[in-house]
Amino acid sequence: MDILNEYGDQLFAAFLTTLQLTMLSALGSLLLGTMLTAMRVSPVWALRTLATGYVNIVRNTPLTLVVLFASFGLAQQLGITLADPKSPTSITDSSFRLAVLAFSLYTATFVSEALRAGVNTVPLGQSEAARSLGLGFLQGLRYIVLPQAFRAVIAPLGSILIALTKNTTVASVIGVAEAALLMKEMIENTSALIVVGLIFGAGFMCLTIPTGAAFGHLSKKFEVKR
Amino acid sequence: MSGSGTTIRTLYDVPGPRAKALNILVSVLCVLGLAAAGWWVSSALAEKGQLAAEKWEPFVTPEMWLTYLLPGILGTLQAAAFAIVLAIILGILLGVGRLSENRTVRYSCGAVVEFFRAIPLLILMIFCFQLFADYALFPSTELAVAAVVTGLALSNGAVIAEIVRAGIKAIPRGQGEAAIALGLGNGQTLRMILLPQAITAMLPAIVAQLVVALKDTALGYQITYVEAVRQGIQAGSAYSNYIPALVVIALVMIAINLGLSRLATYFENRLRSGRKPALKPAVEEVVVPQT
Amino acid sequence: MKLKFLAAPAAALLLAGSVAGCSGASAKSKTVEASAQNGHLTIGISFDRPGLGIKSPDGTFKGFDVDVARYVASKLGVQESSITWKEATPAQRESLIQNGQVDYVVNTYSINDARKEKVAFAGPYFLAGQSLLVRADNTDITGPESLNGGKKLCSVTGSTPAQNIKKNYSKDAQLQEYDTPSACVEALKSGAVDAMTTDDIQLAGYAAANPGKVKLVGKTFSKENYGIGLKKDDTSGRAKINDAIQSMIDDGSWAKAFQSNIGPSGYALPAKPVIDRY
Repeated sequence: MDILNEYGDQLFAAFLTTLQLTMLSALGSLLLGTMLTAMRVSPVWALRTLATGYVNIVRNTPLTLVVLFASFGLAQQLGITLADPKSPTSITDSSFRLAVLAFSLYTATFVSEALRAGVNTVPLGQSEAARSLGLGFLQGLRYIVLPQAFRAVIAPLGSILIALTKNTTVASVIGVAEAALLMKEMIENTSALIVVGLIFGAGFMCLTIPTGAAFGHLSKKFEVKR
Repeated sequence: MSGSGTTIRTLYDVPGPRAKALNILVSVLCVLGLAAAGWWVSSALAEKGQLAAEKWEPFVTPEMWLTYLLPGILGTLQAAAFAIVLAIILGILLGVGRLSENRTVRYSCGAVVEFFRAIPLLILMIFCFQLFADYALFPSTELAVAAVVTGLALSNGAVIAEIVRAGIKAIPRGQGEAAIALGLGNGQTLRMILLPQAITAMLPAIVAQLVVALKDTALGYQITYVEAVRQGIQAGSAYSNYIPALVVIALVMIAINLGLSRLATYFENRLRSGRKPALKPAVEEVVVPQT
Repeated sequence: MKLKFLAAPAAALLLAGSVAGCSGASAKSKTVEASAQNGHLTIGISFDRPGLGIKSPDGTFKGFDVDVARYVASKLGVQESSITWKEATPAQRESLIQNGQVDYVVNTYSINDARKEKVAFAGPYFLAGQSLLVRADNTDITGPESLNGGKKLCSVTGSTPAQNIKKNYSKDAQLQEYDTPSACVEALKSGAVDAMTTDDIQLAGYAAANPGKVKLVGKTFSKENYGIGLKKDDTSGRAKINDAIQSMIDDGSWAKAFQSNIGPSGYALPAKPVIDRY
């Protein structure tokens, strides 16, 4: 109980950061992932190649490296710090935003993989029908194919969201004050390893188990009956 | 899951002259944009001195590879291999356990799977590492590898348990009923009829999970395991070429993982072209990353 | 029936567990002298700190800490070839010693009362103090107070030096934490942070490894006595190591080791430590 008294506020702040990282990266990866999927099924050769190449490269890079590249490559070498360098909190802002960017870039590849599998479940007749109605490629994708694809991949998207929640712990390598960073500090400063482990285990279960249940429910609700 | 884009072509018509022109225009813009970005990045790097020859030359010396990179890559491969074997065993036990007729077994296996699916691997590794160190469960030389392997085995085992369970459940009921009708017991049905079919069908997903495990060993970097990323950073520290070292390590890891992904695709194709599996892969099989 | 089917994998799992477990039993009560008499020592050092303990490209180890460790080993009668070098990261040092996984640790190990609860310290063999490293062309950072005004400071994750600055000197300095000091050096060189902090001798090691790019500034603003950590109850081993350190200081090897490892940074040889035989 002493531990909770001493670290209560910090724990709350750390898990809040974890939650923020997850939410923002989920949004980012959904947008980018959808875009990548659209590129991968598009008629333009260059777009297809670009998107496929991107997915294959980023998906096969360890996340730790993606996060390190965001901090050392983008921010330090290329000067894309994503924060006002004059602001008094520029380092905290920059690290957090870079982490969100890195998670979005990485998770988008998995979203895109899932969504492409979803596109494959939509019968060809659907897009043929769309074309016969005079819809262009983008219109067909937007109004006919993607809505059905999304409904088919709700469960995998849920798993990806859970994986993302857990992955946000990697942000500790560039000093984002989220749960894993606090856990390391608590292990060093207190001798109650088991208690610390239980606290963080419980914290993450609170975040991930409801997500899994919710997505399971949604996927049943929106299942495309064929 | 990767590579084959043959079924997708039909989302659009065979392009006419206008569409062709548009496609070419977009493609050209794309290539130009990429080239511009590449030029900008390389000039920015050159300005910061990252492209200087002395930062890259160490990578063609044998010392660099023998002292730093190869031991790291070896460490990564070893931990991944060891972990995946344990994870498969654990996954089959837990997956089958979740389908058990005994309620206690079913619920306890379910709880274990859900628990390890919910906990971030990094948290698990940090915890195991400290646990093993505090209670001297492993000799110091094996401490980090033990923590990495334990963490990987538990979290990947939980994922494989779900794959196995889904695989067994997807087998047509008739198979199990026929086995019972032939007088096979529950265990025999599982062992001789259900599992072989499920595992054959699940092999691609399991190989894909190997890629995930391999990539996840990079998390061992945080608990001093001698794996590729950590060795890369040590090399960067010895030669003062941090960024080039990260780039080289990334290239090596991408190459290894792409190779494994190819292997997964190969297995998948071989299974598809061989005897028809009793079940066709469901969408749920989309490989979901642990990390 | 089902149990029989489960038996094989279960046995494999048990076997794997026990193979890993069996080798875990290490002699807990072994003293430094006992190990030395067996002709073999395992020494904990750092693998990635230039100037102190670093794995060099040919696989050997170099640095001031390494030289001290080697000298002590030779006084204990152990040849260099019979030393096993082991990476002892700051977070692991106590547990490595307590579990008997290393005989002693020479790795920028500050002697303090909290640590004395768990391990014993020989030495100090070096008197260090917290300081700042800045880019060579920087003129406006002269000490910890000048970090005020939102200057960006880098330190290793969860380390006390950074907390010390924020608490006692510059409250509105910004803190960037990375998990390795080499990442901080990289950030400093690229201009992403304005200064990096840790003990002066470690910073001097980085300055020596990056000549003309970074420099140390200001006086030290804390006192860190580096000791050699060993098992808490190993009193005779501690006395032996203390003797070895004393003779290293007396016969000039100590100064020589400092000059060859840290000298190139331009950092002057500090006062010789006085051994504390508590």
